[in-house]
Amino acid sequence: MFGVANLTQERIVLALALGLTTVFSIALPGFLTAENLLSLVRSVSVLGILGIAMALVVIGRGIDLSLVAVMAVSLAWTLHMVATGVPLAVALALGLAFCLLAGIITGFLIAYVEIPAIFATLAMGTFIYGFGRYFLITLDVVYLPDAARSIVWIGSGSFLGIPVPVLVFGGVCLLGALFLRYVKAGRYVRAIGDNLLAARITGIPVRPIIVMQYALSGLIGFVAGLVTATSVASMNIRVANSTFVYDVILVVVLGGIGLSGGKGGVRNVIVGTLLIGVLINGMTIMDVQYTVQNVIKSLILLAAIVADTIINPRDEQTAQQGDI
Amino acid sequence: MKGITALLAAAVIMSAGTMATAAGIDDPARASHYDAFKGKRVVFVPIAMGFDLTEGWAAGIRSALEPLGVKFDIRDPNWNTDAGAQAITSLIAEKPDAIVVHNPDVQSYARLLKRAEEAGIYVIQVNMRSSYSTDGFAGADYVGMGERIANRLIEKCSPANGGNGKIAIMQGVLTAAASAYQMKGLDNVLSKNPQMKVVSNQAADWDATKARSIMATVLQQHPDLCGGVGFWDVMDVGTGAAIREANKKVYWITQGGGNQAACDNLNKNLYSEVVSYDVPAQARDIANIIQSLFQNKPKPGATKTTLFSPLTFINNDNMKPGACWTLEKK
Repeated sequence: MFGVANLTQERIVLALALGLTTVFSIALPGFLTAENLLSLVRSVSVLGILGIAMALVVIGRGIDLSLVAVMAVSLAWTLHMVATGVPLAVALALGLAFCLLAGIITGFLIAYVEIPAIFATLAMGTFIYGFGRYFLITLDVVYLPDAARSIVWIGSGSFLGIPVPVLVFGGVCLLGALFLRYVKAGRYVRAIGDNLLAARITGIPVRPIIVMQYALSGLIGFVAGLVTATSVASMNIRVANSTFVYDVILVVVLGGIGLSGGKGGVRNVIVGTLLIGVLINGMTIMDVQYTVQNVIKSLILLAAIVADTIINPRDEQTAQQGDI
Repeated sequence: MKGITALLAAAVIMSAGTMATAAGIDDPARASHYDAFKGKRVVFVPIAMGFDLTEGWAAGIRSALEPLGVKFDIRDPNWNTDAGAQAITSLIAEKPDAIVVHNPDVQSYARLLKRAEEAGIYVIQVNMRSSYSTDGFAGADYVGMGERIANRLIEKCSPANGGNGKIAIMQGVLTAAASAYQMKGLDNVLSKNPQMKVVSNQAADWDATKARSIMATVLQQHPDLCGGVGFWDVMDVGTGAAIREANKKVYWITQGGGNQAACDNLNKNLYSEVVSYDVPAQARDIANIIQSLFQNKPKPGATKTTLFSPLTFINNDNMKPGACWTLEKK
């Protein structure tokens, strides 16, 4: 179907995912059932939603290491406010505003103060976690209060037999794809990621678009936070200190979105997310030990990257710009 | 006449007696007791502040020792083992009178704790013991706890009692004392009971989201899962959510410090039973060990006291108001 020349990383990863699915379907009874496949996608839906946010930023030649901190702190604060008597709608609006504000500040630091994205977002992530932990909430784990029962369906309901988190993931993917393809600002993001100077000369408002990119990432982070908090009825802001954000970058890079920007789209994120989902699900069914799971996961990722380097050697452009 | 004099004399003596009682008698051990605490300083090095266990211990130790005039400080390494090791190293130089340590795993601090004792500082470990045993330890007996939980699962799930023997285990981080010692306890009992079948034994990294997706997958494979045990109530909120979503009845036993959130979640049927090691009582135990050390002044490292916390199995049938505790608002 594809020639060797068409073998992009996305297709390699897709082939890996399909191959693993076939092996698991034959070897593991109960893997290839509708319920298990739904639960598989469900378990990686938050990862996928965050992957879309990260992809939007990476396509614009940035990176957002503060994503998970924004997600965790905003939702923990929202739940904390609801628990202390703030009406749910107000608390949600404030949480969302917090995400947008954090995104705008990060974007401002990168676009106008011209701090490299990796340092600006690393610092902002730590700052947001510390600020939230000290000023906004009292304990690391905030439970979903009874007053917020009305939003529990987002994380634990299902519609026509499909879990809502999967639908949210699908919705975010669809909106992300439409944004990148049909919205002017979305096409600008790709142009800036491909070549910032050329984009500026063409007359694209480069700095405002960069700010918008991080605000969008914060917004999607809030959605992911809503799904997380309502599916386990609590928010643990310690996740901001974990390696979760690297898992998100992994999904993006694994799917074939280059860190040098301008390349890839939503499809890449979906493929990367599914491979991780299939891997984790299959290994949990086989009851593989956690540490061994991590080893296998990283080996497969390395294999995918090596395959990509062999099939798609570096071209002139990446050689000049370098990776991140 | 003689009788009257005697009576008068008796009256005088009696009133003298009552006068003495009104003025009070000094408690002979009181002054030395308070002297033992003057100018003393105790420092607490938890894994991190900001969760129910460490906040509970800190509050309890502070309220027990501060009225005695002991200065109580906290060094918070915020989940960073290196930062914790550094805090202890700098404390060895500062020489407080006692350090209360909450170990992230059995190895990391072991040598430092020995050095602290050699520098003349009392070291008390709380809830998770390192491989080096110090002046004091207050916490759960995890091996015994694993054994009791395994027996409880047999009671609920063994084929002889009408179950099918299928159970799952949800660990935290494999290297933590709570996980490693407890697995030993579970093994001790389960290895003698081949009718019990562990269909899944996974670590969820103390994370509710991971626990949720692991349990969702396990229930797909074993819809007839009978019961299981998770190693922390905060993480098992996720396990419980997965069980509820799948509409299954699984006898899930979890454990923790017995914070009110655990009782609330028990009420919401997120899990079936909570094994509580009662954090306020542990804080009292720690404070008591410190008081005893300060009064008896043994050489640091010379005596070793272990106080295992009594465990309470709380479920919806035996839960009374006040079975769990809440932190007082700051």
